[in-house]
Amino acid sequence: MIWRESLRIALQGLLTNRLRTGLTILGMLIGVAAVIILIAVGDGSSRAVQQRIESLGTNVLLVLHRGGGGFRSAGPALSTPLTQADAHAVGDPNSAPDVASVSPAVNAAVTMVANGTSYSPQQFVGTTPSYFTAHSYQTAAGNFFDATDLAGHNPVVVLGQTVVANLFGGQNPVGQSVRINGANFQVVGVTGRKGSNGFQDQDDVAIAPLPAVEDAITGYGSLNSITVQARSQGQLDAATAEVTSILESRHHITNPAQADFRVLNQGALLQTSSATGQVFTTLLGVVAAISLLVAGIGVMNIMLVTVTERTREIGIRKALGARKSDILAQFLIEAVLLSVFGGLMGAGAGIVGSQFQIAGVQPYVQAYSVILAFGVAVVIGLFFGLYPANRAASLQPIEALRFE
Amino acid sequence: MTEPVIVLEDVSKVYRLGPIAVHALRGISLEIEHGDLVAVMGSSGSGKSTLMNIIGCLDLPTSGRYLLDGVDVRDYPEDELADVRNRRIGFVFQSFNLVPRSSALANVELPLAYGGVPRTQRRPRAEWALAEVGLADRAGHQPSELSGGQQQRTALARALVTNPSVLLADEPTGNLDTVSTSEILRIFGRLNYEGRTIILITHEEEVTSHAKRIVWLSDGRVVDDTRVCPVDAPPPNFDELEAAP
Repeated sequence: MIWRESLRIALQGLLTNRLRTGLTILGMLIGVAAVIILIAVGDGSSRAVQQRIESLGTNVLLVLHRGGGGFRSAGPALSTPLTQADAHAVGDPNSAPDVASVSPAVNAAVTMVANGTSYSPQQFVGTTPSYFTAHSYQTAAGNFFDATDLAGHNPVVVLGQTVVANLFGGQNPVGQSVRINGANFQVVGVTGRKGSNGFQDQDDVAIAPLPAVEDAITGYGSLNSITVQARSQGQLDAATAEVTSILESRHHITNPAQADFRVLNQGALLQTSSATGQVFTTLLGVVAAISLLVAGIGVMNIMLVTVTERTREIGIRKALGARKSDILAQFLIEAVLLSVFGGLMGAGAGIVGSQFQIAGVQPYVQAYSVILAFGVAVVIGLFFGLYPANRAASLQPIEALRFE
Repeated sequence: MTEPVIVLEDVSKVYRLGPIAVHALRGISLEIEHGDLVAVMGSSGSGKSTLMNIIGCLDLPTSGRYLLDGVDVRDYPEDELADVRNRRIGFVFQSFNLVPRSSALANVELPLAYGGVPRTQRRPRAEWALAEVGLADRAGHQPSELSGGQQQRTALARALVTNPSVLLADEPTGNLDTVSTSEILRIFGRLNYEGRTIILITHEEEVTSHAKRIVWLSDGRVVDDTRVCPVDAPPPNFDELEAAP
């Protein structure tokens, strides 16, 4: 028999019991939509995390001092703080060819006063101009300070958006003067908005040239961190190795486990987070897949009911000359139609549902998840339809005709 | 003389219900010729329904041979048996057995669809078959909208539409009132007059009064076989004018 005929018969079968058909399709719809939406949420959240990590800077290594409590126990025997000389050595193009720039930085807790308003930013950094590029800062107004400001110990400062909002009420502060821990600094620029990195507001920051900060605020001591930018993403690991070995020799470290500094690799952080994100997405996908499986069982259940209900009809069809394959096709097409309709509507619902924020995450729909969910739905319909259809096709005509 | 349509040689059928063996047929030998109108009589449990299932290729004999148009059906695989049922046999059941929620026309088209007849040819053939049973004006009705007699006539049209070698009817008038019964019997008479081979299974006297040959079954055996009139004569109680569609 022509398969178009089977399709017509199957459609007719589905239309006979609209409520039952509708509910089964609804189950499939929910399963497919859940897969699409949950995978989109997983993808969306791992994307958000990656964006935050990338906003920390590109191809960046962070060298931090490690000491403190380690003195007495397992820590380094001799803890040498990070110094300007360390920063200078790390920037040596001969021993560290993969390093593009080095930005030594000091941090301080400061109170800033302007026009009678005072404010304490989360982060106050004294550093060099290369810090801005390494941490991907943009200018929103004015300019960043440069090498001349560095050499001249000029008391200038670049403010983040949050600081501007708190001190100047959002007015353009460029050219204004601000007192930082009693010293006068002139605002030369405002950084572009970076948002939160998940831990802190990256706009709640003030950045000034290192010499001026040392002159007026921190004094000439050790550095809090050295930001090292590698020449490219691929050279990050090489740069890490170079920086580590330079500092080990300068600090006379023999046992790397007891080093008095740490080198944080942004690339490694990204890798870890994307691996975590993938696990998260997979987990969500699996949970959703279970609902798809349940929907498939729903299809099978309904098909079994349908086959039992229509046993007599199957007997009639067989008596009239329907082959086994005709009956098989009829019920298999019915099952697949259920899952195709459910799958199509579920894909629509999933795509629409993913336009809304879910639990603070903007879902990100990927084409593969839609195709996958729809494909799996169809395969599930086929798989779970096969058993009832085969049962129908294998009925003996006289048995089926006698069925009441 | 032509070869018989149906030849049964010592056919028996044993059903196994757990440890009990039920002998439904105990060695039946029967020949049915082209153009005959045979009534198979017998009380319930005499094996007449089993005989009909075997003749209709819905069931296979346990032992013995059954030749339909000279071919032993035991040699056929399942799919070919389906094709035999489709092309060579037309069934009429006591309970009509129309496919619900399909129009009379769709029901009559069904065997043609399974036989692979293209859609464009099915429609006119189904309409012709419905006209043969006088139901041309009911083609679009669903079975639930038809009376018992009309449903049985639809079933008859469905049995007829593939132009089968044999029309098999199992208690075709069992569920019908007297008016519908005589209507159906008139149609059977006319179809036989036109040369079709018909086997009626029944326990009603009125039905046997139209048959050319009466076979009595009891306890799975043929106990009596009476020829009422010759195969090539018109069936008894047949009025050609009255029976015109």
